Amino acid sequence: MALLETKGLTAHYGDFQALFGVDIRLEQGETVAIIGANGAGKTTLMRAITGVLRGQADQIRHKGTAIGHLMPDTIMKRGVVMVPEGRKLFPSLTVEENLLIGGQHKGGRDLGDRIDSFLSRFTGAPDPMALAAGHDGTGLWTLDTIYEIFPVLKERRNNPGTALSGGQQQMVAIGRALMSNPEILLCDEISLGLAPVVIRDIYAALPRIREGGTSVIVVEQDIGQALKVADRVYCMMEGRVTLEGRPEDISRDDIHAAYFGAKA
Amino acid sequence: MIWIDTIVQGVLLGGLYALFAAGLSLVFGIMRLVNLAHGDLIVMAAYLILVVVSVLGLNPFVAAVIAAPIMFVFGWILQKGVLNRTLGEDILPPLLVTFGLSVVIQNALLEGFSADSQRISMGPLETASVSAGPVTVGLLPLLTFASAILVIVGLNWIFYRTSIGRAYRATSDDPVTASLMGIRPDRVFASAMGLALIVVTIAALYLGTRSNFDPYVGPARLIYAFEAVIIGGLGSLWGTLAGGVIIGVAQTVGASINPEWQILAGHVAFLVVLLIRPRGLFPRAVD
Repeated sequence: MALLETKGLTAHYGDFQALFGVDIRLEQGETVAIIGANGAGKTTLMRAITGVLRGQADQIRHKGTAIGHLMPDTIMKRGVVMVPEGRKLFPSLTVEENLLIGGQHKGGRDLGDRIDSFLSRFTGAPDPMALAAGHDGTGLWTLDTIYEIFPVLKERRNNPGTALSGGQQQMVAIGRALMSNPEILLCDEISLGLAPVVIRDIYAALPRIREGGTSVIVVEQDIGQALKVADRVYCMMEGRVTLEGRPEDISRDDIHAAYFGAKA
Repeated sequence: MIWIDTIVQGVLLGGLYALFAAGLSLVFGIMRLVNLAHGDLIVMAAYLILVVVSVLGLNPFVAAVIAAPIMFVFGWILQKGVLNRTLGEDILPPLLVTFGLSVVIQNALLEGFSADSQRISMGPLETASVSAGPVTVGLLPLLTFASAILVIVGLNWIFYRTSIGRAYRATSDDPVTASLMGIRPDRVFASAMGLALIVVTIAALYLGTRSNFDPYVGPARLIYAFEAVIIGGLGSLWGTLAGGVIIGVAQTVGASINPEWQILAGHVAFLVVLLIRPRGLFPRAVD
């Protein structure tokens, strides 16, 4: 059983269909990269997995459980956490508060969940506590360990998150997601708009994240970076997976064909 | 010397207006919801306190402590069941729905309590006063002002020092990203409305003990609350207190010149502040 799996995943924005039967899977401990041009459906896939875009329950399975119909907060409490495209820090919060908020709702045992869990016995709605069980949110990542991998954040802990440079903001966004000790970390375009040297610094944290027991999906437009870090690669085009393989097994031509839809 | 007295009375009156406005400011600050039924909710809470006082024979302060959790639950259900459905890109639906709610509350209160004006009795406290030099102030206005300060200190503490306050600010910034952090925005909004209605209950306690009220006085209170919030700058709680004080002082100064000018002077002060600082005195940085 795969850790995370999509089967025939479709997604729509109103009348517009963005995904046409996408099958991907992520095994325990793996790092998978999803590459593709703008509009290929990569971000839509991330939005579907995290519940921002909800669809049919059984098109997405996490450890065998259908999660396609669940709310984003329940999916997060199961340990599937995203670093959103564009970083999306909370401007009203300081760097440290941005980090803390990532860890404050893990585990799914807050009062609202308890009440909803109780009510679900009568309404037949999904029980959020049962769905979040099995992931307690403890592990390697605390404020201290995040400041260890990104020391610059400690110096700037009391600044507003949005006062930081793009690369530092990306570190906050990654740290915020790690604070819940996710089982699966989804990174959506984390190198977008950053200088190569900054991208290298950010990707330097990846081995440590994997050591912490987290499996990772990175969505990248930077093919070189994706091939370097990933165990397996999926290439998407126009809402479909056009190529799947290990970086060492796929050629430049394969990628070119899958990425642009034509031979070089 | 009479001027000092006038200004002190005005400042204390401002405390009452700040209490009317604090709940409005809180709700707008967190979910960008302009609640046109705010004044009517205050009147509703005043009737609730009145019922507890007359049925159980309790002191109004104790009655307010009993009424507050009831109002919290009412606010929670109102937000979760009705108002959350109106929030979105368009600002018109919440305005229309809360306007309708205002009419519904007024008519329900009229049906239940008739149009007779009511008052919550505080006994000897109503006339008690303290003197400091040339100024003599009523104990009740002093308590009102102290309550306003306590409410604003308390709300600021919740906002900036607690994890639920962090969730309020994050959800206010970006509900979708907040939900990716395990926050359920509709719940956060429901608890914020509940909290606002606890503040409403405190405002109602002083509304009901300091003046007469009937089912229709809500909208008039709402005007002062709006003016206080806008003078202070949308979403700033200390600004709301400053706004309340400015209106209160303008009203007592106006009344001391000519009793007919009391209400007018308050509105004129509001317009003057709007002319000089259209975004209010203490606008939030991110808006």
